[in-house]
Amino acid sequence: MADVGMAMSGPRGAKPKRALSPRNIMLYGILIMVCVYYLLPLWVMVMTSLKGMPEVRLGNIFSPPVEITFQPWVKAWSEACTGLNCDGLSRGFWNSVIITVPSVILSIAIASVNGYALINWKFKGSDVFFTILIFGSFIPYQIMLYPIVILLREAGLYGTLWGLVIVHTIFGMPILTLLFRNYFSSIPEELFKAARVDGAGFWGIYFRIMLPMSLPIFVVALILQVTGIWNDFLFGVVYTKPDLYPMTVQLNNIVNSVQGVKEYNVNMAATVLTGLVPLIVYFVSGKLFVRGIAAGAVKG
Amino acid sequence: MSATTEAEPVRTTSAARPRRRLTRNISAKIAAIPMVATALVIFLGGTIWTVVYSFTNSKLLPRTNFVGLDQYERLWETSRWIVSIQNLMFYGVMSLVFTVVMGFVLAVLMDQKIRFEDTFRTIMLYPFALSFIVTGLVWQWILNPQFGIQGVVRDMGWTSFTFDPLNNPDTVLFGLLIAGLWQGTGFVMCLMLAGLRGIDEDIWKAARVDGIPTWKTYVVVIIPMMRAVFITTLVIVASGIIRLYDLVVAMTSGGPGGNASQVPAMYVYDYMFQAQNLGQGFAASTMMLLSVLIVLIPWAYLEFGGKKHG
Repeated sequence: MADVGMAMSGPRGAKPKRALSPRNIMLYGILIMVCVYYLLPLWVMVMTSLKGMPEVRLGNIFSPPVEITFQPWVKAWSEACTGLNCDGLSRGFWNSVIITVPSVILSIAIASVNGYALINWKFKGSDVFFTILIFGSFIPYQIMLYPIVILLREAGLYGTLWGLVIVHTIFGMPILTLLFRNYFSSIPEELFKAARVDGAGFWGIYFRIMLPMSLPIFVVALILQVTGIWNDFLFGVVYTKPDLYPMTVQLNNIVNSVQGVKEYNVNMAATVLTGLVPLIVYFVSGKLFVRGIAAGAVKG
Repeated sequence: MSATTEAEPVRTTSAARPRRRLTRNISAKIAAIPMVATALVIFLGGTIWTVVYSFTNSKLLPRTNFVGLDQYERLWETSRWIVSIQNLMFYGVMSLVFTVVMGFVLAVLMDQKIRFEDTFRTIMLYPFALSFIVTGLVWQWILNPQFGIQGVVRDMGWTSFTFDPLNNPDTVLFGLLIAGLWQGTGFVMCLMLAGLRGIDEDIWKAARVDGIPTWKTYVVVIIPMMRAVFITTLVIVASGIIRLYDLVVAMTSGGPGGNASQVPAMYVYDYMFQAQNLGQGFAASTMMLLSVLIVLIPWAYLEFGGKKHG
């Protein structure tokens, strides 16, 4: 990479003239190898899930199925056993849906109002609360697990759907509030002042000015929360009861349950099914996903 | 962190008499109740509560029977906890070094004006969208001694080939590492790439004029300039590592041999919700908090403390 001929083509320079220079062959060679490493698990997962058990036992996990069968998928969805019941992952899927939808709506609603209040309606101590919130996002969840159990129990929500929704709202709040706060701070203050002069109040400005102007950031928050909440395991285990376990918990129970003959093809089909929702969100959202995690990572 | 706007609209309408202080901006204050409650009651209150109760001998239910540092003494006498800490240290250091180095190298490769950059990035980042449970289960299958990599290589003729990290206490952490790196390096690559793109192009021009080789420019000029990105990445990755839990549950359940891949988060969960020994769980989680603070406080000081003076 350091030869004199290439010295003029740093990362921002003009494109090298020769497409097949040794440098390019090496560069693309490495990148393609890296991509093989990244794609391999997805390939193995899907291929295994399309094979029958005899073929899994005899064949090679990397080879495509000789005979494609969707039986493992059907079984994973509707028959696989978790040790408690045998109605498959569908139960976990619907649990995850009814957990994710209200959690996403509630957490985004609250966090967006927080961000708006922090930028435009500062009150005494508002920045202190925000700092605590940000610090809270780094603290291990383990330290807050039990106090929340007590609070939920007192409120009669421990083990219920709404208890878990509240927990997701709480732990999504730091990152989302940061996201909205940073976004709202880029909206010109004059707009806000003009609306104030025209007599608009807190909610009027929020619904009629801030909300319509910030649809992209709402989409970013949506992506962040749907994948985050769908992928959660710890809160699902701690705050719900077995008949309300989210999909990740149920998947782990199906695959790692000790009794019975291991059906690897069904396990892999179940794994693909669980990964499907975040993967679809990821591939559909594309660059917005990157923007979401970058916004989450970079402090304000 | 300071905000650019400082709008306190009501300031203009009244000469804030103390009596009206509470009621001005009343909707804003009502709207902020969830945030204030979360910050004060859950994050601050919950943390203090757990720390306080870690000095009690609570078993099935939390009780205020203070026993000093007993729980901590017992904690550090428990071999399972010691193993958990050692595992986390080893995994943490390896994971930090590898994610940062690999993430940076990949970002540099991606920054060479390549074609199909979006495709490459999409492929490298997709594991980050998957949960640790899915990640762990896939790699558990790939590393399966009978059917996975070991089985495939043996079928090809090398019958003595051994690659079974998950069932050997000495290598189980490497098995976890393979899966963890697969899931997380793409994310670090994206952070690093954003950092590289933020560097002024004139720096590159100047380096070229001076005839400094590309690799040397990266080491001597670019990396020091990306200090903030590296520190942010380290903090994010480190605070994620301390929480390491789901991946271990999915891949090894803490085994083999009982506790070869135990981690602190698992110890906390088991003592709080399975063994009904709350005091131990609280003490262990307080130690986790302490380890995060060791990472966090110097960082916060560097990031925010420095800015106030500058």
